[in-house]
Amino acid sequence: MNAIDVHGLVKRFGDKTVVDHVTMTVAEGEIVGFLGPNGSGKTTTIRIMCGLLTPDEGEGTVLGFNIRTDSLRIKREVGYMTQKFSFYEDLTIGENLEFVARLYRLKPLNEHVATTLEDLGLTSRRNQLAGTLSGGWKQRLALAACIMHKPKLLLLDEPTAGVDPKARREFWDEIHRLASGGLTVLVSTHYMDEAERCHRISYISYGKMLATGTVAEVVKNAGLTTFVLQGPRLDQVAEALQGRPGVDQVAPFGATLHVVGSDKKKLEAALADVEKEHKGVKVAPGETSLEDVFIQFMSGSKDNMA
Amino acid sequence: MNSVFSFARLGALLIKEFIQMRRDRITFAMMLGVPLMQLVLFGYAINNDPKSLPAALVATSSDPYTRAMISALQTTGYYRFDHVSQSAADAEFLMSRGDVAFVVTIPADFARRVERGDSPQILIEADATDPAVASGAISTLGTVASQALLRARGMQEAAAEAALGQLEVVVHRRYNPEGISQYNIVPGLLGVILQMTMVMMTSIALTRETERGTMENLLAMPSSPLEIMMGKVLPYLAVGGVQVVVVLAAAKLLFAIPFTGSMSLLLTAVLIFVLALVLLGYTISTIARTQMQALQLTFFFFLPSIMLSGFMFPYRGMPGWAQVFGEILPLTHFLRIIRAVMLKGAELPAVATEIGWLVMFVALFAGVALVRFRRTLD
Repeated sequence: MNAIDVHGLVKRFGDKTVVDHVTMTVAEGEIVGFLGPNGSGKTTTIRIMCGLLTPDEGEGTVLGFNIRTDSLRIKREVGYMTQKFSFYEDLTIGENLEFVARLYRLKPLNEHVATTLEDLGLTSRRNQLAGTLSGGWKQRLALAACIMHKPKLLLLDEPTAGVDPKARREFWDEIHRLASGGLTVLVSTHYMDEAERCHRISYISYGKMLATGTVAEVVKNAGLTTFVLQGPRLDQVAEALQGRPGVDQVAPFGATLHVVGSDKKKLEAALADVEKEHKGVKVAPGETSLEDVFIQFMSGSKDNMA
Repeated sequence: MNSVFSFARLGALLIKEFIQMRRDRITFAMMLGVPLMQLVLFGYAINNDPKSLPAALVATSSDPYTRAMISALQTTGYYRFDHVSQSAADAEFLMSRGDVAFVVTIPADFARRVERGDSPQILIEADATDPAVASGAISTLGTVASQALLRARGMQEAAAEAALGQLEVVVHRRYNPEGISQYNIVPGLLGVILQMTMVMMTSIALTRETERGTMENLLAMPSSPLEIMMGKVLPYLAVGGVQVVVVLAAAKLLFAIPFTGSMSLLLTAVLIFVLALVLLGYTISTIARTQMQALQLTFFFFLPSIMLSGFMFPYRGMPGWAQVFGEILPLTHFLRIIRAVMLKGAELPAVATEIGWLVMFVALFAGVALVRFRRTLD
């Protein structure tokens, strides 16, 4: 049984189709990264899966429960971490955890809270107001509160936005530890390095699912060719490359220029011309990154949020 | 460039403010539509000299003198005899229920005494729980009654003078013989204070969760709408209970308001009223999108409650349509109960209808709130 198995999900707000026939399966114990630009429908899709929104079309199950009819059961078995910190800032850390533990009717209450505080390393600060925590600690508290009832599926909506690299690293270590214990995780993110830490990724743009698979598969299936240019006056070279047939992306990376195109022959022809025009520029084949693929996706899909 | 004041910058601020004002529909309505509506509503509804007050007539005889007296009282415009020829006990019950403002008793030997010139009496009992209501009706009484009597006897002017001194109009200001207006105001204030604080506090219950972003989390966790509603409402019911005790104690100690009726009946009624109020607040909270809107809606409800419930102005002085409007306000019914129980010593049968109204409000508000509650973020 798949932890998530939904197909043809559609959600409209007014005349905007925010989620457009999204189909997704996530196997048990898998960590799936959910990627896409801002406003692409990631949050809406996650909210449909945890029963916070009802889809206009489409069917599916989460943990074997129907998303339309069994949302209460789903809520009991799923941990959902919202994008914005959504625990009570005017309650202490301990009080927030007790509140959550009582809502899920966890027994014995004190033991659950104490264990969670210990795991978090917040035992000494249990009487501190949650609102006074820094961003990184709030995120850790939120995660701890979400997994206290031992959910089988964890839905994380941009959990690491605004969190420093070290805290992010620790956060991901924790996610992998949980997944090895059998927990399924669907996590939305903007960060490429985070995407690469997932078993599989799904890319959604303007409500449509554009790609899904391992990072290597997604990169390979995109069929992009990348070259790395080195040499003097790369800013002029970049300008010269823009708009030429075959050149889809030109992006400076430090002292080099990444040029990406979907038509390898046209791209090579364009680069050959530029090499002739600009003395000293060296062209070498490069590796297409996930980011290149996403930029390609984004420029290819029509913006419907305007 | 560096000036302290620039019209261009002021313009930027003004434009921004107007755009925001226009976006917030409820605020916009509160600023333009509501004042006009309230002006019209209150302007036409409020009348400090109520006329055509319901009265009960206890008269066993139907001789010409009695008839002349009744028609004279009706002609003043103050009395409207809705209940005629009741027994004294019936009339007493009608007054304690608040169905009538006056009971006029014309004794059986009235005609005989007039004929004999033996100082005839009529008894007017006025519900003085609201001293202002009765005053107009009572002040005109003596002259009206005497003149009616004179016409009936067809007396000469000279003899009339003598008879005028003989007729005795006995006025009993019931429940509040000294006409102390605090007796009317203070119990009413309990209702008004409860209404203001209870509705206001619960009206921001859900909007606060929504504004702080905690609503999404609350909905994602296993809690049912009924649990959320009761979780929000019951704490304020307790707060209301404390408030009731404080206000009632102050009424007793500071204002020496009489507690004539049953305390348990009073507290039961107050409890139902507070429950209706917190549920009303919660209902507002399911409608408003921000705390600001919730407070505006609370106030929108608060003003007519004060004006049309009989708290500030006599209910009986309002035209029929305004009285119908007053009936849909919980405060109206609560005021009748608390005045009846505290001042008149009314028992359950006398206030059962009003308590029924409050129970209906509780059911109505709870139903609307549960239907309105958005279990999802749709």
